Amino acid sequence: MKILSKCLTTLGIASIFGLSSVASAATDLTMYYPVAVGGSLTKVVDGMVEQFETENPDINVNAIYAGNYNDARVKALAALQSGSPAQLSVMFSIDLHELRNLDAIVAFDDIVSTDAEREWLNSFYPALMENGKADGKTWGVPFQRSTIVMYYNKDMFRAAGLDPEKPPTSWEEFVSIGKKLTKKDSNGTVQHWGAMIPSTGYPYWMFGALTKQNSEVLMNQAGTETYFDKPGVITALEYWQDLGNKHAMMPKGMIEWGTLRQNFLDQKTAIMWHSTGNLTTVKNKAKFDFGVAKLPGNKELGSPTGGGNFYIFKKSSAEEKQAALKFVKFMTSAQQAANWSKSTGYMGVGPGAYETQTLKDYVKTFPPAAVARDQLTHATAELSTHEAGRVRKYLDDAIQSVLIGQATATEALTDAQKQATSILRRYK
Amino acid sequence: MLKRFNMKAWLLLLPAMSFLIAFTHWPTLKSIWRSFTWARSDVAPSEFVGLDNYRMLLDDPVFLKVIENNFWYAIGTVPTSIALAIVMALWVNSKIRGTSLLRLAFFTPTILPMITVANIWLFFYSPNIGLFNQLLALVGITGPNWLGDPDTALSSLMVMTVWKEAGFFMIFYLAALQTLSPELFDAAKLEGASAWRRFRKITFPLLMPTTLFVLINAILNAFKLVDHLFILTKGGPNNESNLLLYYIYETAFSFLDSYYAATLTVVMLATLAVIALVQMLLLDRKIHYR
Repeated sequence: MKILSKCLTTLGIASIFGLSSVASAATDLTMYYPVAVGGSLTKVVDGMVEQFETENPDINVNAIYAGNYNDARVKALAALQSGSPAQLSVMFSIDLHELRNLDAIVAFDDIVSTDAEREWLNSFYPALMENGKADGKTWGVPFQRSTIVMYYNKDMFRAAGLDPEKPPTSWEEFVSIGKKLTKKDSNGTVQHWGAMIPSTGYPYWMFGALTKQNSEVLMNQAGTETYFDKPGVITALEYWQDLGNKHAMMPKGMIEWGTLRQNFLDQKTAIMWHSTGNLTTVKNKAKFDFGVAKLPGNKELGSPTGGGNFYIFKKSSAEEKQAALKFVKFMTSAQQAANWSKSTGYMGVGPGAYETQTLKDYVKTFPPAAVARDQLTHATAELSTHEAGRVRKYLDDAIQSVLIGQATATEALTDAQKQATSILRRYK
Repeated sequence: MLKRFNMKAWLLLLPAMSFLIAFTHWPTLKSIWRSFTWARSDVAPSEFVGLDNYRMLLDDPVFLKVIENNFWYAIGTVPTSIALAIVMALWVNSKIRGTSLLRLAFFTPTILPMITVANIWLFFYSPNIGLFNQLLALVGITGPNWLGDPDTALSSLMVMTVWKEAGFFMIFYLAALQTLSPELFDAAKLEGASAWRRFRKITFPLLMPTTLFVLINAILNAFKLVDHLFILTKGGPNNESNLLLYYIYETAFSFLDSYYAATLTVVMLATLAVIALVQMLLLDRKIHYR
C-alpha cells in the first residue's frame, strides 16, 4: 500500500515535471501522525492532506500513521536518529519539554516571518497554547485537542426527580446529586452508580481537573517544579477518595478508563467524566437522552486540556520548514479546524473555527459540541514536566494507592512530591 | 577436503548467523555496555558510570515490586498451565467422539492474538458490566473489581494467561503422546496396573523431554509475555500487577531512560539465563530420552 502510494506520488511528481517545465522541484514532507486505531480518523486526515496537496502542488505530504502518542514519538525520533527524513509530527502536547531536551524541535516563532503568520500564531485559544509554550516561545501548535467534560444520563435525572437541565455545578451538588442518582435494589446491591471518574489509564489527567477546581496547578510552566503536596492538592485527592469511600456514589477502588464509556452506555452510571473525544461515539450509541456539561467546580471551574500538537523538527532544511509551516497553517485554519472538529469530536482550536458556518450549524443542531469550547476559559495545562513519564507515574501511583486504600492522600502525595523533586533537581 | 566442507557449512550458516548477530547478539552486548553508562538525554554524550545504574535498582521500590510480582506470576501460571495442558492432551488423545472439536476448542485461545484476548477479557473482568460479575450476580454474589483491586489484579492476569497458554502447551503434549508405543500400555494393563499408575509410571516419565521443553518455554513466557498489561491494567493499581518487562518498556519508551532500561534488561537476561541453565542441568539427568 505504502509502496503503491509512493509510486503514485512519484508518478504525480513526474507528471508535474512533464506538463510544466516552469514548476520548481517539489518539496517532500514526511509527517508522523498518532492514530491508535485505523479507520475514520485516518480517512479524515488523508482527506485534509489531499486537499492541501491540490492547493499546493509543489508540496507533497507523506503521512505516516504510527499507533498511539508514545508510538508516534518513538517512531518519529527513531527516524530522525537514523537519518531518514521527517519534517513534522503530531505528538502529545505534554512531550514538549522532553522534545526540547532532545533538541529535536524548532520554535514556531523562529520560522514565521510575516505579520499574517504571527497573527495566525496568536489565533488559538490561550488555554490550548499553555502546553505548547516554554521560554516565551511557541513550540507546539494545537490540533488534535480535547478536554474533560461531564456526560450525564437525563433519563436517570428524571427518574430520580432531578431537573435534567440542571447538572451539578459545584462539588457539594455533585455529591448530593450523585447520591440521589445511585440506585440500590432491596438487597442493597447497586443497580447503577451516581458517577464514575476513571482512575486507570490517565489518573493524573482527571486529577488535574479536581486540582484546578480547587484553584491549584500541578506544576510550573517551565516544567521544573511540581506542587503535589500543596494543601489544596491534597484536599482535592481526599475529595475524589470520599466520592467512593464516604459518599458511596461511585464504586470504591479503581474505575477502568477503557470500559467506562460502555458502563455509561449500558446505564451503569448516571454521570461520567471523560474526554470530549468520546462525544461522537456516545452520540451515535446512546439509547437514552444524554447531556454534556462543564465539570463541577469548587473554588472555580476547571479542566485540563489534553491531546496532540503539531511540532516541526529541527533537522530539516529552511525550505522544508517553510513548507511544513504552510501545511500546519492549512490544517489549523478556521475552516479545516471546523471540519476536523465536526467529524471527530475534538475541539476547534481557535475562536475562528466556531465562527464558520460548518460549526455554527453543527452547534445549533447538537449543543453539546460547544461545551468543551465554553469550558476552555476555565482550562489549565495538562501535567507536563521534564522527565514527564516518570513524574506522571509518581502521581498516578500516588492517586491509585489512595483510591485503593493503601495510603492516605497526605502520605502518598508527599511521597510523590519528594520523588518528583529529586528527579527534577537537575533541570533547574 | 575437511576445510572445504567447513567453508560450505559456514556459508550456509551465514544468513541465519548474520541475522542472529545483528538482532540478538549485538543488541545484547550493546545493552550490557549501556547499563554501565549514563547521559542526561539521548542526544548528550554518555559517560561510564560503573555500577551506578545497578545501585539505583536497589533503591527503586517499583523494581523490587515487579521482581516480586514476576516471581508470583511465574509460580501462578507455569505449573497450572502445564498440568492443564497434560490433562487436556490426555483427554483429546483418548478415543472418544468429537475429539477434533475439543482439540480445536482448546487450541482457539492460542490462535487469538494476546491483544485481542486482553480486550475481550477487559470486558469479562469489568465490575459492573462484565461477564463474570453478571454470572456471580445470578447467584446473588457481588463480584469484586477484578482488575482494580490490589488483591485480585495480578491473579486475574494469571487466570487469563493460563487460559491462553495451556492450549499451546497441549499441542506439544499431544504430539508426544501420539509417539508413545501402545504396547507399553497393553502390557501394563495385562499386569493389572490402574489408570493412575499407568500415567505415573509410564506416560509421565516418557513425557519428561516434552515437559522440560514446555517448562522452559512457560517460564520464559512468564517473563516475556506482557502484551495484556497494556490493555488490562497498565501495571496498576499502584504497580500491584506490574511485571519486569512492562517496567522495562515503561522505562525505555515512557520515561525515555534507555540507560536504566538497559540495566533492567540485563537483570532480566541474567535471570532467564540462570533459570534455563538450572533447568537443563538439574532436570536433564532425570529425563529418560529414547
